[in-house]
Amino acid sequence: MSDISAIDHGQEAGFGDFVQLLKPRVMSLVVFTAFVGLMVAPVPVHPFVAFTAILFIALGGGASGALNMWYDADIDRVMRRTAARPIPAGRVSEGEALGLGLGLAGLSCVMLGLAANWFAAAFLAFTIFFYVVIYTMWLKRSTPQNIVIGGAAGAFPPMIGWAVATGGVSVESLLMFALIFMWTPPHFWALALFMKDDYSKAGVPMLTVTHGRAAARAHIFVYTLLLAPFALGLAFTSIGGPLYLAVALVLNAGFIVGAWRIRRRDETAAEADRYKAERDFFRFSLAYLFLHFSALLAEAVLRMTGIGGW
Amino acid sequence: MAIHRDHELHGRRFGRNLGLGIALALFVALVFGLTIVKVSYLDPSRMPAAAGAAQ
Repeated sequence: MSDISAIDHGQEAGFGDFVQLLKPRVMSLVVFTAFVGLMVAPVPVHPFVAFTAILFIALGGGASGALNMWYDADIDRVMRRTAARPIPAGRVSEGEALGLGLGLAGLSCVMLGLAANWFAAAFLAFTIFFYVVIYTMWLKRSTPQNIVIGGAAGAFPPMIGWAVATGGVSVESLLMFALIFMWTPPHFWALALFMKDDYSKAGVPMLTVTHGRAAARAHIFVYTLLLAPFALGLAFTSIGGPLYLAVALVLNAGFIVGAWRIRRRDETAAEADRYKAERDFFRFSLAYLFLHFSALLAEAVLRMTGIGGW
Repeated sequence: MAIHRDHELHGRRFGRNLGLGIALALFVALVFGLTIVKVSYLDPSRMPAAAGAAQ
């Protein structure tokens, strides 16, 4: 056998496969929320330091993604939604993903510490630990509350952005955390309702599998009600204002109405229109988060011109 | 089977090496830029409070 015949030409990874390991779509949410957290903070940051900090927060998020794909390779192979990821598709080995994840995690935390401050760096390290160890390794496969508690990992980036500027934590950054934290469960449970085969096939105890789909519908509604006070409460802090309040009122009303539609439907009705209400709610949830943070950013810009805030 | 210089495999490897090279070059530029910013703009001895104390 020659050396060449041992090479499987179709399986060697390209650069894009390693980028895919970092979950670029999740990274975009991390970048945006961390950026807003940094921009709305009352302490100005040099633009280059801000750019570097956001870049390494994003890279830390990417490292979490790679470590998640390393650990979850077995269930990714089973789920239709994830079967084309680089490890299940055989383009990247599990060891490569682990090495990339650990390397980038270390690099991003050290660089964030050097660029900004060590509190922010420790916060980033904790976030990576939380996502990889607490969520991926522990909660995801053991409890239907996986999404609820694991959602904290995705909620930390605006707090890290705030910490980059201020070196600490405040009511404002905690409320930004709460906004994403309370938003995550209804967002993912809506996804689980219309991607129903995947999670049950992989044996992941999603609420829809363990407690039934009716319970998941009820939970979505309750969480959107619980989310509203946090979203509206932000309006009355130092980073909120009338514009943010108006946006939050409209979005939360829409979110609650969407959740109520899901709540009162049963599976027969949902299957009849191919989960239209659930899909609409999922899409709306993406806009919900994006527009809340955009409104916070707009308030910060308005404050700079002297017309923002209360 | 003859080995062609421009086999698809080589293209993919070149792309990977090029991507890594660009990433490393950007990292070097970033550290350099950060150093310049830290020593030029964020030097504690140039802060107003420190300058006042020195007088």
